[in-house]
Amino acid sequence: MTDASLTFRDLTLGYNSHPAVHHLNGAVKTGSLTAVVGANGSGKSTLMKGIVGVLKPMAGVCLNAKGARIAYLPQQSELDRSFPARVVDLVSLGLWPRRGLLGRFTRGDREQVSKALMAVGLGGFEKRPIDTLSGGQLQRALFARVLLQDAEIILLDEPFNAVDAKTVGDLIALIKRWHGEKRTVMVVIHDLDLVRRHFPETLLLARQPIAWGETIETLKPENLLRARRFDEAWHDDAPWCEPAGDDHAHDPDHSHDHGHDHSHRDSGPRAA
Amino acid sequence: MYDFLIAPFVEFGFMQRALMGSLMLSIGACPVGVFLMLRRMSLTGDAMAHAILPGAAAGFLLYGLQIVPMTIGGLIAGAIVALGAGAVSRFTVQKEDASMAAFYLISLAAGVLIVSLRGSSVDLMHVLFGTVLALNNDALTLIAMITGTTLLTLAIFWRALVAECLDPLFLRSVSRFGTPVHFIFLGLVVLNLVGGFQALGTLLSVGLMMLPAAAARFWTTRVEPMCALAILIGFASCVAGLLLSYHAALPSGPAIILSAGVVYLCSIVFGTRGVFNTRTRHHRHRTA
Repeated sequence: MTDASLTFRDLTLGYNSHPAVHHLNGAVKTGSLTAVVGANGSGKSTLMKGIVGVLKPMAGVCLNAKGARIAYLPQQSELDRSFPARVVDLVSLGLWPRRGLLGRFTRGDREQVSKALMAVGLGGFEKRPIDTLSGGQLQRALFARVLLQDAEIILLDEPFNAVDAKTVGDLIALIKRWHGEKRTVMVVIHDLDLVRRHFPETLLLARQPIAWGETIETLKPENLLRARRFDEAWHDDAPWCEPAGDDHAHDPDHSHDHGHDHSHRDSGPRAA
Repeated sequence: MYDFLIAPFVEFGFMQRALMGSLMLSIGACPVGVFLMLRRMSLTGDAMAHAILPGAAAGFLLYGLQIVPMTIGGLIAGAIVALGAGAVSRFTVQKEDASMAAFYLISLAAGVLIVSLRGSSVDLMHVLFGTVLALNNDALTLIAMITGTTLLTLAIFWRALVAECLDPLFLRSVSRFGTPVHFIFLGLVVLNLVGGFQALGTLLSVGLMMLPAAAARFWTTRVEPMCALAILIGFASCVAGLLLSYHAALPSGPAIILSAGVVYLCSIVFGTRGVFNTRTRHHRHRTA
């Protein structure tokens, strides 16, 4: 556990007192490359937001023990594409962790911006206004910004949306490069083939963690079936989750059947 | 030509002071207006302009038509509304447009009530429409201080302000500046509106903020030139408005704002990103 870069202790995240990630325990090893998999509404993006800190936990903690820098590429960016900015302005935001509010951008910084753009196949796009980029090009520009942030922990939320096959290949290569540089990378992703081929570890979520570990183990058919059975809806009459008598033994496979059954109208995750 | 364009400013002290005051206002208010527009808060400026009324009116009620108490009153009222509306939108489900509308309406009603306690409708007209031709040295000093503060604050927080407009979620993920910079910016809006109301009145001071910014949007696709152009348009409007007001014996505030309005209307049509260029002209296109 000494080389854990992120530790979750009983982490519960959600909205309006309904949990979207429920009692997550475990640790993300430094330098690991983890795919986060699960159905819609299973809490993948919520977990990302919780790690970055834009969403405060309802219970439990997410520990970033070494105070590592985090780069986050959200699924739904709040980027204002009508804002009069060029690609280089957008990507240069990635220099913020190094230069902050007032630090001057040096010649070296500008070269790094160019290099980052080159790395995502957008060399020469510096002067383009951002409202002339295609969806996939914009996504690659945001990748370039993550590259520039030079963070120890990198969180990517469905980064391959609206990206063509060739570019997915390029971006995967970039992710593997980060992995090779011993950065901790977590990627929310739907394409299980990509996961099996490129990601050593996988976290399978269905509000609770269904399985977490080596990809081949995690993506076993019975786990996938259990993940698929989960009840996406919130129930206003769901009982309160009481911490007393809670038993989180926390092997990630633990199916978590301690009374707060969110899905009492059907059999829910326990059915598996 | 000299008689028409230059002589009024050379011969009359009040015209010089009016020109100086309004030019200084443009330097501060126009860039603030650009960011208001880019953050889709154009109408927020309008709401804030109404919101400062009760403070200005209270100052007026207590001390008469004096710039310092009216300004301080306006600042306090504006700060309360900006903070209140901003806080409601940041910490509750209600969005800023609704909370801002609620707060400024309360404030406006209070202001009208305060004015009616003592004043006549002439007094109300003073507060609402201002008079740029009666700027005294106190008022000029105040405007200069406000402009200086605005430029300094913009220079310091420029990067955070751009980041907050362009990608607020990103800013939140890398720093804690998001919320503070929003309030600092609202503070600048209030400050510049208060600076403008002696010259242009509470209702029209927002005009010098928004119209040049809105016009500049039609000419450029980058923030820095947009701010510079907005200031230039502000300058031109002030000079044109003051001359118009002098030669035609019109009230100066509306003349300045209407001049800016003319620039805006022309920009819609003839700007590089205006109607004429983007819709009607046939473009040749390149192969790639």
